[in-house]
Amino acid sequence: MLLNQFLLLSAVLFSIGVYGVLARRNGVLVLMSIELILNAVNINLVAFGAFRATVDGEVFALFVIAVAAAEVGVGLAMVLLMYRNRRSIDLTAIDQLRG
Amino acid sequence: MSALAALDGMDRLTSGEVLVAQNVAFAVMAITMVVAALRMVTTRNVVHAALYLVIVLAGVAGQFLLLGAEFVGVTQVMVYIGAIVVLFLFGIMLTKGSFGEDDGVSSEKRLLASLVGLLVFGVMAAALVDSFEDAEVARAAPSTTAEVSDSIFSTYIVPFEAVSVLLLAALIGAIVVARKD
Repeated sequence: MLLNQFLLLSAVLFSIGVYGVLARRNGVLVLMSIELILNAVNINLVAFGAFRATVDGEVFALFVIAVAAAEVGVGLAMVLLMYRNRRSIDLTAIDQLRG
Repeated sequence: MSALAALDGMDRLTSGEVLVAQNVAFAVMAITMVVAALRMVTTRNVVHAALYLVIVLAGVAGQFLLLGAEFVGVTQVMVYIGAIVVLFLFGIMLTKGSFGEDDGVSSEKRLLASLVGLLVFGVMAAALVDSFEDAEVARAAPSTTAEVSDSIFSTYIVPFEAVSVLLLAALIGAIVVARKD
């Protein structure tokens, strides 16, 4: 197997995640797109670990999984707070700080 | 005789037909993942998006297994598909006003976002193809859980403890943010 096939798959997933973060207005969907980006990074880490025949890449992927879990918890708490205060999770409606 | 059979098995592991099988498995999973990811960021129904996310995450777990990272693959299934997707579904259910509401995106914004996505992919693909032209991933054997845990609890013990503190902080932070008072 070529190293590049994994890296290019990861690049495709990363780009789709970037599109999701930029184009969607729903707060939960933006968080899901961020998960897509983090998973693309994990494929890269594990592929490079296998390429160099060490387990370091896998260890870093595990750290990324733990950080992603923490991020989803806090992010969803913020989305819930936003829904409770405004009855909507449209991210474009949050523009109070706009000058 | 059995030793000979084992030797034959070892030989087959690096032979052409196993490589072909690996490449076919990669291609099937990769196409499924990309299609599901595209559907995820374009579908209007948020619950469907969460279910498409499950397909992508399962595909990522399959890629980990293909790369010989068993422990990470199993962790991916347990943490992502088992916990994070359920958390997402709870988030969708608790914000029920958001069902099917996400269709007012202007086409101009969508066009700009896809332009940015294509640009990011183009730059990355050019750099990757230029750097790793035909480097091979050739791992002799899958890495064992013992190797991974040895590495975590010796070389990476300080980051491991930091991640523990981070998870505790995120737990307390999520409770404080979402609490009704």
